[in-house]
Amino acid sequence: MGDASKEWMIEVKGLTKRYGDFEAISNLNFTVKRGEILGLLGPNGAGKSTTLRILSTFLAATSGTAKVAGFDVFDESHEVRKRIGYMPENNPLYYDMRVYEYLKYRGRLKGLDARQSRDRAETVMKECDLEDVRRKMIRQLSLGYRQRVGLADALLSEPELIILDEPTLGLDPNQVRAARQLIKNLGGKHTVLISSHILHEIEMTCNRVLILNQGKILASDDTTHLQSVMGQSSRVVAEIKAPLEDLKFSLKNFEGLLAVDISAAEGDYYLCSLSFGAETADPREELYKMVVRNNWFLRELTISRPSLEDVFVHLTRKQQDEEEDEE
Amino acid sequence: MKVFKTLLRRELGVCFGVLNGYVIVSAALFLVGVCFYDLVYRLNNQPTDMTLTEMFFFSWYFWLILLLSAPLITMRTFAHEKSTGTYEILMTAPVNDIQVLMSKFCGALFFHAIIWLPVFISMLLLRFYINNPLVVNITSIITTYFAVLMVGALYISIGCFGSALTRSQIVAGMVSFTLGMGIFMLSVNVLFVVPDPGPISLILAKVSLADYMRDCSRGILDSRPFIFLVTSTFLFLFLTWRVLEWRRWR
Repeated sequence: MGDASKEWMIEVKGLTKRYGDFEAISNLNFTVKRGEILGLLGPNGAGKSTTLRILSTFLAATSGTAKVAGFDVFDESHEVRKRIGYMPENNPLYYDMRVYEYLKYRGRLKGLDARQSRDRAETVMKECDLEDVRRKMIRQLSLGYRQRVGLADALLSEPELIILDEPTLGLDPNQVRAARQLIKNLGGKHTVLISSHILHEIEMTCNRVLILNQGKILASDDTTHLQSVMGQSSRVVAEIKAPLEDLKFSLKNFEGLLAVDISAAEGDYYLCSLSFGAETADPREELYKMVVRNNWFLRELTISRPSLEDVFVHLTRKQQDEEEDEE
Repeated sequence: MKVFKTLLRRELGVCFGVLNGYVIVSAALFLVGVCFYDLVYRLNNQPTDMTLTEMFFFSWYFWLILLLSAPLITMRTFAHEKSTGTYEILMTAPVNDIQVLMSKFCGALFFHAIIWLPVFISMLLLRFYINNPLVVNITSIITTYFAVLMVGALYISIGCFGSALTRSQIVAGMVSFTLGMGIFMLSVNVLFVVPDPGPISLILAKVSLADYMRDCSRGILDSRPFIFLVTSTFLFLFLTWRVLEWRRWR
């Protein structure tokens, strides 16, 4: 293993997978640092699961290379498998086994001895809140519990890399929150790769996001930076009580303002919707000072940055437009 | 070896822990019971120069159970894992394809051995009542059981191959039954159809399972068919291994 593998947990170069004429993923290049939580984001059919299947050694890529912890997923698949915990899409489990029995069995398969597999099964059951159902047959469990069994399985051997394909599918809101917290806690100690098409989930859990569409990477950056570099403006909403003409004049000369929309609000107030460029720092302080300077009244002042959803829609639409132009 | 043992235990758990396994055992035991009753009835009422094991081999029950039980035991092995998706978690654990294949093969073969065991226990019991080694003798019982295991190994390997090809258990069962029936028909040609002297009949005689079973039921162990069965079994296991590896071909 070289020095690169000490820094990078995943190194993907020119990864392509074709099924006949259909290209599921096309020339993917990305790296993931150790301890990072990376979200793979994309609509259905974007190539997320194919990428995860290749990284988990289940599928071979048509071309390109992928390394996990410095080991090639194709040529050194056994070494890679020792270092990963993988929860596939739809979370397949042996329904004819009991929860504790299943986790012990999986522990043994992952190279733990009898005592270690018992101890680790107990630990992950605690972490994933499965102790109440430890003796239940997996087939009798609700979808939420089954998801947690899959998650517990992925954590079992304390792998360096945890790959989770749609980990919160079927969980109720409380369980989603608990799973999200659990995944967040894994960061630092483990590298986590999560695929999801739920934008909010990725936004809440991951340090970095990789946006895929039609098998290609559209963007790869940390979530906050991605929002700012997309060139999308931030929006400030303020409710100000002031003479309308003076208000219009002051806002017109406000630094960095791109657009303003003023409408009447309840009780002599005006609702001002202000758009600023990405390069403008938080304008609320200056706005507040302007109101105080003019002896006006202010009863609301909020800022909204573009969400990951906005970024995602923006990028996928842009790609669609480009393709249409080419045609 | 630790991983293989874990996988094998799981396979045996699947055979004996689900209803399907007991249905197969019950059906096989029912046919074996009827067969045994029939053989004893014939021994009492018809003069014969055949041993009990030879009569058993010549009865249609034997071939019926063999041809049906092997696909029923093996159709689940890979096809079920593929259809439920558990194949993906199995093959991304630190196990290799050969460990998975051999555990499934050995588990199915063990189950096959269990199904046939009551027949030979019954024959041994009968030996205590019939003190005539020309009718029932322990050597031929042991060699016949050995032959059943060897032929079974071939049929189980064919079944594993059929199951690895598809996600559907029904299709897997059909594939292995058809291949098994094909091999059986070659044997029937040699046994019941008078072959014309020539290279084809010579080849058929060499690959005839029926000839091998007949010799074993008389207490004769010949190394040539034994080698044929072992190599054929390994051929189908090798083909199964290639099918398993296919998903990782570039």
